Amino acid sequence: MTAVTATTTKVRRTQRPRITPGKVVAWTVMAAMVLITLLPFYWILRTALSSNTALAAHPGDPLPVDLTTGGFERALGLQSTEEAIAQGGSGGGLKFWRYLINSTVVSTLITVFQILFSAMAAYAFARLRWRGRDTVFGLFLAGLMVPTIFTLLPNFVLIKQLGLVDSLLGISLPTMFMTPFAVFFMRQFFMNVPREVEEAALLDGAGKIRIFFRVMLPMASTPILTLGVLTYITSWNDYFWPLMVSYSDSSRVLTVALAIFRAQTPQSGYDWSGLMAATLIAALPMLVLFGFFARRIVSSISFTGIK
Amino acid sequence: MTVASSPPSRLPVRDIEGTQPKPRIREKRERDGGGRGDGALAALFIAPAMLGFLVFLLWPTLRGIYLSFTRFNLLTPAEWVGLDNYVRMVKDPIFWDSLTVTVEYVFINIGVQTVSALAIAVLLQRLTQSAILRGIVLTPYLMSNVVAGIVWLWMLDTQLGIGNEIIAGLGFDRIPFLADETWAIPTIALINVWRHVGYTALLLFAGLQAIPSDMYEAAKVDGASEWRMFWRITMPLLRPVLAVVLIMTVIGSFQVFDTVAVTTAGGPANATNVLQYYIYGAAFGRFQFGYASAMSVALLVVLSAITFVQYRLTRAGQTDLG
Repeated sequence: MTAVTATTTKVRRTQRPRITPGKVVAWTVMAAMVLITLLPFYWILRTALSSNTALAAHPGDPLPVDLTTGGFERALGLQSTEEAIAQGGSGGGLKFWRYLINSTVVSTLITVFQILFSAMAAYAFARLRWRGRDTVFGLFLAGLMVPTIFTLLPNFVLIKQLGLVDSLLGISLPTMFMTPFAVFFMRQFFMNVPREVEEAALLDGAGKIRIFFRVMLPMASTPILTLGVLTYITSWNDYFWPLMVSYSDSSRVLTVALAIFRAQTPQSGYDWSGLMAATLIAALPMLVLFGFFARRIVSSISFTGIK
Repeated sequence: MTVASSPPSRLPVRDIEGTQPKPRIREKRERDGGGRGDGALAALFIAPAMLGFLVFLLWPTLRGIYLSFTRFNLLTPAEWVGLDNYVRMVKDPIFWDSLTVTVEYVFINIGVQTVSALAIAVLLQRLTQSAILRGIVLTPYLMSNVVAGIVWLWMLDTQLGIGNEIIAGLGFDRIPFLADETWAIPTIALINVWRHVGYTALLLFAGLQAIPSDMYEAAKVDGASEWRMFWRITMPLLRPVLAVVLIMTVIGSFQVFDTVAVTTAGGPANATNVLQYYIYGAAFGRFQFGYASAMSVALLVVLSAITFVQYRLTRAGQTDLG
């Protein structure tokens, strides 16, 4: 028996490193895909560290040309208007820190409340007994079918009537309470928690509210983290809704600010170096967030998509 | 009694090794209205989500349908005009143009994205199980459409973009990717493929993980090639997952807006005036909220029809899987 296992593993080991033409092709395709995926990131960095005048002279140089941090200074509003215009900027001000804070506030508000409220509802759908439960859940699920564009116009009208246009709350409100997806996602998890866990806590004299906050929520930390990061990325990257609702710096988020920065074209053509620096600053928080949670997210995306 | 220490293997989230989560359907005793109820508590737990659902999802949906029958500019009350907006829409050549452009976009976007995502997913499954590679594949998804649009706008710039530098270096003519009527839509479609393909690939990869590996081993013993295994094992067993992913991505791509807004703003000469961009312009450029709502209803109808048809096709497809 042991001999058989030994030979099979031996056979496998000798088979593994065999290089076939097919494998070479497959790896080449894989390498090309990785290159296409990552090249833009390098090109952002390379451009951001170049000066606009040098970029025009050496467009194809693989390394930063005329290395400078001027682009970052312009994006962060650290240069005087004359200086910025001299270096190919528009001179238009950008309050990057303000937008960064706005984006953070909006994404945090949406993520925290959406997940808390969706988890609460999901718990009621999965573990509580009440009349009409399946009907209400069906109604929630049907909400998944409504395309976002459809609710955006009426929601804008509503937010305007509430007097919340151009406020961070106005940007956050529509997705702060729930999304059908988040409810569905959390419900899937709660359905799979073994009944005994809850019963044991009930025997210990805990009420259902206590069970939810002290037992169920902590147990759900992994799906909550996955859902949280995905929600954070989605709300951070959202552009259409904030574009509709915000008009001034007080509520402008990074995506909208970036699009405005891109639209402020100086006489000489785009300020590519400043634009790439701004792009990098806008994207960096998500890259850092992903850096922390990558392993978990990548392995649990399966759960979010296929049900 | 420490309840929190229950085995983590119960978590439905798949670990790196890819053990299948087993959905366990609850017994009858938990069904609707059975036994003693938790009605009051349930109401309390559902209240916030219900508020959000009613105010920001159900009500706007109904209101959108209502607004589509009115003339409304935000400043004066909505005025009922019956089917006027719909009549106007049917006669509006720009509406039909933008629908055509959107469909063109969806076809290119979905076609390229599905094939590439499938290729990446299969390579990730059959070639290597590297978690690092999976992470790399997902990175563009972290960027906003705005960032993706701006970066590619720069890389594809006619004079200074690295893309055209390479094309010129190879001795070809420079291509005005985003400034040319023919090239603009395919270019925008491919930019969005770049951003979304990794996410789609990971969804498909998850589907592939559910295929038992001994099926491949048995096929290999029988001398089947990778190519044959792909068509005889991977494709048939992945089809249900592929169908679900397709529905999701098609619906998503019909709603393209951000990338168009930052790269071409609908131009040149309406060549990239996708439906959602046209709706936005009607509402916020010209304050024709009623007309914009009518076009939204049209989009909703199109999307519902697509979902329905795809759903039916999926159901039909599942039966012959065996």
